[in-house]
Amino acid sequence: MSVIELSYGELALASLLVLALGVVTALARLGMTRSLLVAALRTVVQLALIGLVLETLFSLEGPWWVGLMGLIMLLAAGREVMARQKHRLTGGWAFGIGTSAMFVSAFSVTVLTLVVVIGPEPWYRPQYAIPLLGMLLGNTMTGVALGLDRLTEGVWRQRAMIENRLMLGEPWREAIGELRRDATRSGLIPIVNAMAAAGIVSLPGMMTGQILAGSPPALAVKYQILIMFTVAAGTGFGTLAAVSAASRRLFDERERLRVDRLAAGGG
Amino acid sequence: MSDAARLPLRLFGLAAGELPPFDLEVAPGEVVAISGASGSGKSRLLRALADLDPHEGRVLLGEAAADAMPAHVWRRRVMLVPAESQWWHDAVGAHFEAEPFDDLEVLGLPRDALGWSVGRLSSGEKQRLALIRALSRDPGALLLDEPTANLDDESVERVESWLLQRIRGRGLPTLWVAHDRAQIERVADLQLRIGPGGAELVR
Repeated sequence: MSVIELSYGELALASLLVLALGVVTALARLGMTRSLLVAALRTVVQLALIGLVLETLFSLEGPWWVGLMGLIMLLAAGREVMARQKHRLTGGWAFGIGTSAMFVSAFSVTVLTLVVVIGPEPWYRPQYAIPLLGMLLGNTMTGVALGLDRLTEGVWRQRAMIENRLMLGEPWREAIGELRRDATRSGLIPIVNAMAAAGIVSLPGMMTGQILAGSPPALAVKYQILIMFTVAAGTGFGTLAAVSAASRRLFDERERLRVDRLAAGGG
Repeated sequence: MSDAARLPLRLFGLAAGELPPFDLEVAPGEVVAISGASGSGKSRLLRALADLDPHEGRVLLGEAAADAMPAHVWRRRVMLVPAESQWWHDAVGAHFEAEPFDDLEVLGLPRDALGWSVGRLSSGEKQRLALIRALSRDPGALLLDEPTANLDDESVERVESWLLQRIRGRGLPTLWVAHDRAQIERVADLQLRIGPGGAELVR
């Protein structure tokens, strides 16, 4: 089965669809024609750039280059996790906790999957390592960001409740227990829903791309299942680690709730 | 926790917020009323005693210092009842470890109040239930932040006499933040006035 080559002219044809949508949104005065077109342009530029980066990376094949790429992806994800929390921990803790949780879970699951399950030669071969790490980091980032945001927001709103529980002599783990479980749950819900709906409601993007690019559906399905499992594990362990570290940081050595360690969140 | 009962509460060089350091000993069963303008730091003093805020100085219940035990153990012994109580379960009863039916009756609440949902509680009911909730955990000392602020005159009387009976009966050293002069007259053995110069003990 050969892949039908996609020419730039054909892509330009597809872009007419977006332009048509732009004309309609302009006529309907939705006030978002501009952002639609800018977003479409960004897709083209950003994906073209990452295409160049990946082409270079695949030709270099060095472990250090793969590691450097992984590091950049991790730091970008850490920044994103921090930016998505309104009442984040101050003093670098929001970035630190989010990034370490993603490092521990996404990187170890990626390495484990590469070495034990897929087994390319060498194990860090960028064609496998980079997309896998990207899928894992992207999803783990969503889970960690949702979990941490829910936790810090909950503590900010319900600090009087937590302190009243402390006054009654509850240990800190008990006083924050429900908030912590809620936060972890909200980080896990997206991947659980994605696994439950996969194939029935939606065809996962990665699998669709693989089939379009010429893979037999049975193989694409196997890879998709592998991705789902690793993403579930990465997201789950990452969210658990981040929420538990952040909960600990919200109390000091005398089990006092330290709301002063959270940003006030003006906007 | 009967082993924690009948012990004095002792403060050495306690400084909370802007309040300059002071010493104080509250005997078992003794009530010290804390008075002072709003914002003078009365609530912060109670929070420091319950070790909820960082503070200077030492606090002991009998011979046991706060920092010699885990903070949650200390707070269970030296129990703070805040002015605004919080309720986090749907049912009132889920906040209680025991079923204090006698106390409910004395404070004019029906036995089935434990089955009520939290949403229907009035502020006066919340205040009385919060006091029962705290005392049913058998503390060794009490820190009360305006315990009768939301109550009508009749309930104030009931709550005062119930509290005094418990405080004397169990020998609980008590710090009681109050605004009302008449209440201070009725309940307090001593008065701790918090002013611009610091805390001053008045007999």
